[in-house]
Amino acid sequence: MSHSPSNRLFVATRKGLFTLERAAAGWKISQTAFLGDPVSIVHIDRAGRIYAALDLGHFGSKLKRSADGGATWEERAAPAYPEKPEGVDDRDDNGTSIPWKLQKVWALADGSATEATDSLWCGTLPGGLFRSDDGGATWELNRPLWDKPERKGWFGGGYDWPGIHSVFVDPRNAQRVLVAISCGGVWETEDGGATWSPRAQGMRAEYMPPERAYDQNVQDPHIMVASRENPDALWVQHHNGIFRSTDGAASWQEIKDIPRSGFGFATAVHPQDPDTAWFVPAIKDEKRIPVDGQLVALRTRDGGASFDVLDNGLPQENAYDLIYRHSLDVDASGDRLAFGSTTGSLWITEDQGDSWTSLSAHLPPIYCVRFAP
Amino acid sequence: MPQVIFTSALERHLACPPQDVTGATVREVLNQAFAANPAVRSYVLDEQGALRKHMTVFVDGDAVRDRDGLSDGVKPDSQVYVMQALSGG
Repeated sequence: MSHSPSNRLFVATRKGLFTLERAAAGWKISQTAFLGDPVSIVHIDRAGRIYAALDLGHFGSKLKRSADGGATWEERAAPAYPEKPEGVDDRDDNGTSIPWKLQKVWALADGSATEATDSLWCGTLPGGLFRSDDGGATWELNRPLWDKPERKGWFGGGYDWPGIHSVFVDPRNAQRVLVAISCGGVWETEDGGATWSPRAQGMRAEYMPPERAYDQNVQDPHIMVASRENPDALWVQHHNGIFRSTDGAASWQEIKDIPRSGFGFATAVHPQDPDTAWFVPAIKDEKRIPVDGQLVALRTRDGGASFDVLDNGLPQENAYDLIYRHSLDVDASGDRLAFGSTTGSLWITEDQGDSWTSLSAHLPPIYCVRFAP
Repeated sequence: MPQVIFTSALERHLACPPQDVTGATVREVLNQAFAANPAVRSYVLDEQGALRKHMTVFVDGDAVRDRDGLSDGVKPDSQVYVMQALSGG
């Protein structure tokens, strides 16, 4: 089944939310919102409503929603952690007390991948998954996952606390949900969140002692995506490589012989062809810049057996752009992709990455890029 | 009666004019101010009722000490300023 390409793009940045639209003359910024305020995530639900999570330095995380394409916004509730019960000493395996306080909204997903509903999942730092069934008016912490003893073995990757950055709801069965955590591996529920099981078998952590390298609970998937029409095909850009699953996360295979670098944050998978996926590599974790100052994207069309290095239209000298985990997206047609960088540059392709066009080099640092459905 | 005055930076997000309130502690006067203007609460306090990390409250020019319990005293003629800390960026 083919889908028409998207003509609208939302870009959440450190200093506001930008909307771009494709006109006859090309892509242009058509709208701005929350100028000056950090927007950690933007999500468009199946009803076409836009959710934006603000990460205000002083006033905390806020959730806003627009039902008119971003012209006007209403305040919704941000998820709130419950009171820590009396006598509970919630410490991680390093002995550090874990705050029961929202640190950041890091993922939003529709509760159903096929119907327009008011249900949402929300992934957060310090590691809580929340559910709303009223469009973000109220939220409830998913206690079965939060109360897993394994949670104390999770830890932060780039932040002080672990965080849920990827939530995948199975389009065949909304009771089945996968979440990915930095750093806490991948977890699956098949009963709407009542019980959870680890699903990071096969992932490998170079940053752990050898005897714990394959410990599922310490894996750092930077982002996890699934092919929309082949949802058992999943891709993960991991802290030390790329992993793929073809069996719905029951097992993961490491991709070898990746050109340039296997380090990065973002990945996108073709909605219809699960063997086609894109990545934007950086040198390695201690050097989060493009290899040789040349910004490229990688594309595989054969499930990771080989890669095309895509550089047509991307800067090939003195480029120091890093692409964060939510800052690469593919549209429903699978032809259009966009990515944005920490240095405020934004690129788009309409031919699956064969050629790229710079849309701006002057945006604030980019946190999240999403096509309108 | 004590007066609670909010930083003008908050006005960018929601209306929060100064309020005359009653109460003998920071918690009591803030609760009164939030009762009249509920949306402000989550901007100043976190979900556990503590002052947000990068917010400060001054009572007659002195920063409050008890940021979690908000038990610092307030006099009948006190001015209570809710401000943003520069640590928040």
